[in-house]
Amino acid sequence: MTTHHLEIKDLTVAYHRVPAVHHVSLDLQCGHCVALLGPNGAGKTTFFKALVGLVPKETGAIIFGGHGKVGADTDIAYLPQRSVIDWDFPVTARDMVEMGRYMRLGVWRRFGKADAQAVDDALRTIGLTDLAERQISALSGGQQQRAFLARSLAQNAHVFLLDEPFTGLDQTAQDLLGETIRRLAAAGNLVIASHHDLKSVPELFDQVVFLNGELIAFGETGEVFNDENIARTYRTHVFSGTHEHRSGLARPT
Amino acid sequence: MNWLSEPFRHEFMQRALFGCALIGFTNGMLSAFIVLRRLALMADAMAHSLLPGVALALIFFGLAPANLFFGGLVAALLVGLGVQIISGSSRIKEDTSLGLLFACSFALGLVLLSLSPARVNVTHYLFGNILGLSDDDLWIIYLISCIVLPLLVAFQRPLLLLMFEPSVAASQGVLVRPLTYMLMGLLVLSMISSLQAVGVVLALGMLIAPAATIYLCSDSFAAMFWGGGIIGTLGSCAGLFVSYWLNLPSGACIVLVLGVIFFAAYLFSPKYGMLSKFLRRHHLHEESLARWRER
Repeated sequence: MTTHHLEIKDLTVAYHRVPAVHHVSLDLQCGHCVALLGPNGAGKTTFFKALVGLVPKETGAIIFGGHGKVGADTDIAYLPQRSVIDWDFPVTARDMVEMGRYMRLGVWRRFGKADAQAVDDALRTIGLTDLAERQISALSGGQQQRAFLARSLAQNAHVFLLDEPFTGLDQTAQDLLGETIRRLAAAGNLVIASHHDLKSVPELFDQVVFLNGELIAFGETGEVFNDENIARTYRTHVFSGTHEHRSGLARPT
Repeated sequence: MNWLSEPFRHEFMQRALFGCALIGFTNGMLSAFIVLRRLALMADAMAHSLLPGVALALIFFGLAPANLFFGGLVAALLVGLGVQIISGSSRIKEDTSLGLLFACSFALGLVLLSLSPARVNVTHYLFGNILGLSDDDLWIIYLISCIVLPLLVAFQRPLLLLMFEPSVAASQGVLVRPLTYMLMGLLVLSMISSLQAVGVVLALGMLIAPAATIYLCSDSFAAMFWGGGIIGTLGSCAGLFVSYWLNLPSGACIVLVLGVIFFAAYLFSPKYGMLSKFLRRHHLHEESLARWRER
């Protein structure tokens, strides 16, 4: 499998004319687990939404696999925060994974053998085969997150954008989800996850993007995940002097 | 079996039954989307906003069903558009502008109706008149079903994606906005057909009760979709019979029967009913007690 790039050139996205993401350029290679780090309001969700075409771009281009037709495309899958989903929705885990196939079926085509096979494969890869017939609210948080991953796999996506997938997971579930995304990356996919728990970054991700409106730093976790970049990312967010004062207090020297 | 066949000797009952079956099925099927997309209040607002259109049509074009149909359609579309404009251009949120416009619209409808010469027939459009269906009425009901049902069946997959999570659906290529407008359009259409059966005030019952019932019994969307249609049909027809036997208003009986079915599911559904919840809790408790004793 040739390694694909997800190339983001000079991306600017604005909400009501206020730019949320400024002139971000990144060249991400498939086969990596990338952490997207930044304080609240840094534009992480906006960044994701722009990548799948949910919010219009002011400037810039997004190129995947050598073509620029990214947006309403199955290559990139967006997985929203768990809290925005109505988990009482009357579907089982399998139904949810089947949804990944719907758009390639169009309006009239039947759900065929190949589709069922793709769903089975996705469930097996993610390790949810035994829980496939459960209603989705009967899954744990980590299993719900993995069901979404399976849905994206069934969709044949290569790039997985996960919005805070680890929020609210216990240690076991976090380890399992971490292992799952590393396996996806090892199979040649690109996984980008916004993340809040700085402590767990080195064990979960091999690359890091620091974002706070604009791109602060990007690189291998071992190289760029350091105090300096963390401070630059999380401190430039608040402009008032009081914050400097407080952060000075918070850090024992 | 005389009690069952006796009502069919009247032509008005044959018509009413046919109308009930169609309206019940169409509204019942649509109800899956109303319940899951949480459009219940929106639907209620829409139903009330039909009134001024109906009233204007009544005044200017007379009491022909086609006139009332188009009057209601235009009014609902105007209110829908007004809601979008007000919530989009000011800090007023959608639910507020919806509530405001629907109250004003209904009030306007009442004022217009009081000015109308054909005052006697007002109650038909407030509470329905399934026993007085004309040929034209039946045609409209039939045509509406012919539009709504095939579209719902054809677009059930993208609609399901949309209802589950709009932003994920959009990232998969679902045309969220056109599909939402289509759903609204179908909502208005089937509501207009249910006006004949139960009227403006009770229309919501037929649009919510069927799928809400299944929602308490099953975890399958297909069951909600088709089962909603079946419950809608059976409930409406049963309501019609009840109203005939007991000589009660038909619209109210239809909605009451649907309500009784819903409450039966609420209490006795094996999966999510109150009774089984209560019994299961008891059961779990016993189980853990037994385990504790074994220890």
